Amino acid sequence: MNPLIPLFVVIPLAGAFLIMILGRFIKDLNKYLTSLILLILVVLSIYSLLITGKNLSLYKVGGWEAVNKIPIGIYMVMDGFTVIVLCIINVVGFLSAFYSISYIKRFTAENYFYALFCLMVAGMNGVVLSGDLFNIFVFLEISVISSYALVAFGVEKNELEASFKYQVLGGLASFLILFGIAFIYWKTKTLNIADIRQVFASGYDKKFYLFVQILMLSGFGLKAAIIPFHAWLPDAHSSAPSPISAMLSGVLIKAVGIYVIIRLFFNMFAISEGMAILITTLGTLSMAIGVFLAIGQWDIKRLLAYHSISQMGYVVLSVGIGMIIISRGGRPEIAALAIAGGIFHLINHAAFKGLLFLNAGAIEYTIGTRDLKEMGGLAKMMPATSATSFIASMSISGIPPFNGFFSKLIIIIAAVMGRFYLLALLAVIVSIITLASFLKFQRYAFYNKTDEGNKRNIREVPFPMIFSMVIMSILCVVLSLLVIPGIREAILTPAIDILMDPVKYSTSIIGI
Amino acid sequence: MIVYWLCFILFLVGLYGLITRRNLVKIAISLSIMEFSTFLFFALVGYIEGGVAPIVNPADPVKIYVDPLPQALVLTAIVIGLATTAMMMAVIIRLYRKYGTFDIREIKNLRG
Repeated sequence: MNPLIPLFVVIPLAGAFLIMILGRFIKDLNKYLTSLILLILVVLSIYSLLITGKNLSLYKVGGWEAVNKIPIGIYMVMDGFTVIVLCIINVVGFLSAFYSISYIKRFTAENYFYALFCLMVAGMNGVVLSGDLFNIFVFLEISVISSYALVAFGVEKNELEASFKYQVLGGLASFLILFGIAFIYWKTKTLNIADIRQVFASGYDKKFYLFVQILMLSGFGLKAAIIPFHAWLPDAHSSAPSPISAMLSGVLIKAVGIYVIIRLFFNMFAISEGMAILITTLGTLSMAIGVFLAIGQWDIKRLLAYHSISQMGYVVLSVGIGMIIISRGGRPEIAALAIAGGIFHLINHAAFKGLLFLNAGAIEYTIGTRDLKEMGGLAKMMPATSATSFIASMSISGIPPFNGFFSKLIIIIAAVMGRFYLLALLAVIVSIITLASFLKFQRYAFYNKTDEGNKRNIREVPFPMIFSMVIMSILCVVLSLLVIPGIREAILTPAIDILMDPVKYSTSIIGI
Repeated sequence: MIVYWLCFILFLVGLYGLITRRNLVKIAISLSIMEFSTFLFFALVGYIEGGVAPIVNPADPVKIYVDPLPQALVLTAIVIGLATTAMMMAVIIRLYRKYGTFDIREIKNLRG
């Protein structure tokens, strides 16, 4: 029993409650309390990252012990992969909350904003920590319902329309997931991920297994906005307030989408070649189509949202290559390298995409528009925003020495070593198109000369916004240290081990 | 077996409504139909032929109980479904105030 685990859910839930009750009476409590809560969670998650290593710790909710080695309570599990995603959620969450202190002043009802923000963080922490299928569904709904409300927070025409679209597709995804859970419970009579693995290991019906896998992939694929399911993402992510866009794009699609797909397909289902090829195909499609949809956009946040689809494609593609190699019985080092590339890119994407959305928010905050054609020459007036967004743009396009370069390099090396030459070539081409797209962003937003007259009174954004952007840009540089052998083995390798080993996850949970 | 197929047909009815209807409220109703077909299926999963409610009484000779866990899960899911529907209705009301119509063809600011 690890007593730290429930704190990740309890603290933000309690925070949301307190903000709603006390926020009415005490002015300015909401913003400082939210930042404080997220700061505590950052400390806790980094502490967990340092102590977890290769261990796997459990928390049994309500103290229900296993009977005859069959788990009956709700299990919360913390392992190498979980803590990485926890760190992403809480660090990006803290910086977005701190950024909101200045940004959210132009909205009314700040209490609701911060309460929903805390709920969203609680839901995502819960999804990541949960070792129980239905619990994943409950926490997922907590986080996505609060994100529906946050997308509609501006209550103007565009925000409401985006939120409606998001809700219809998100609702559909939830039913597909619930259907999948019902089918799994029907056949296995258990909801614990480790236990389901054990039951499936003793034999299953092939057609049924495939059907459940497809249900789960389409349900969580809708949440993760992989390409055939991506229709809601550009609207929702561009209409939300900017710190929320940073949370949605930087964290939410990973925590409730990609993370759960990886967890289920590696640790719950046995890896089969057909599914591995399907996942790789979806990843390749997202990577290629996302970037082509992005290149023609003139709204900054829409451009960034389409790039999210494309970058998530890299993650899915790389994990899929790892799955294909494992299922064909290829060399495990190459599979491990591919999965490492995927997880590394997942971490990096949180840093640079979060930063880019915060930059977009800063631009919108000062000049009040998101249209690239109406900007220009902002580099002189907003040096901090310009510098940080330059770092983020170079990072997402894979220019050394920033973090995006290293993760893309690992993915491409893994693809070449696994003899997927076409995919490696495609990854390089997509990266070049990404660079072109971000050079356009840089040029039109910061360097192009426009009419000087009405740009005189533009000033740099306030301190909390600059602070968040600078920390994020430092992260963009520092995260590239993860490729150095000593650090890589301490942080990335435990996550890969738990995914690569087909029985370690289930046996160690059942054993405790 | 036929009840499971009926559940699936109910799901398809909801999906048909979701795709073909143009009215925002009808879309929300279609989503609710899909939702409840899922819940019905989940509750049926726990049903055992001839089972009774699982109130265990040692003196009682009845040995077959229905599985209570899906019922608990469905209760939780219904509460979540209520929150989703309420959220969606709130957004629909706001949309009606902004656009003055429920027709989804009129609501198309976001393109591309």
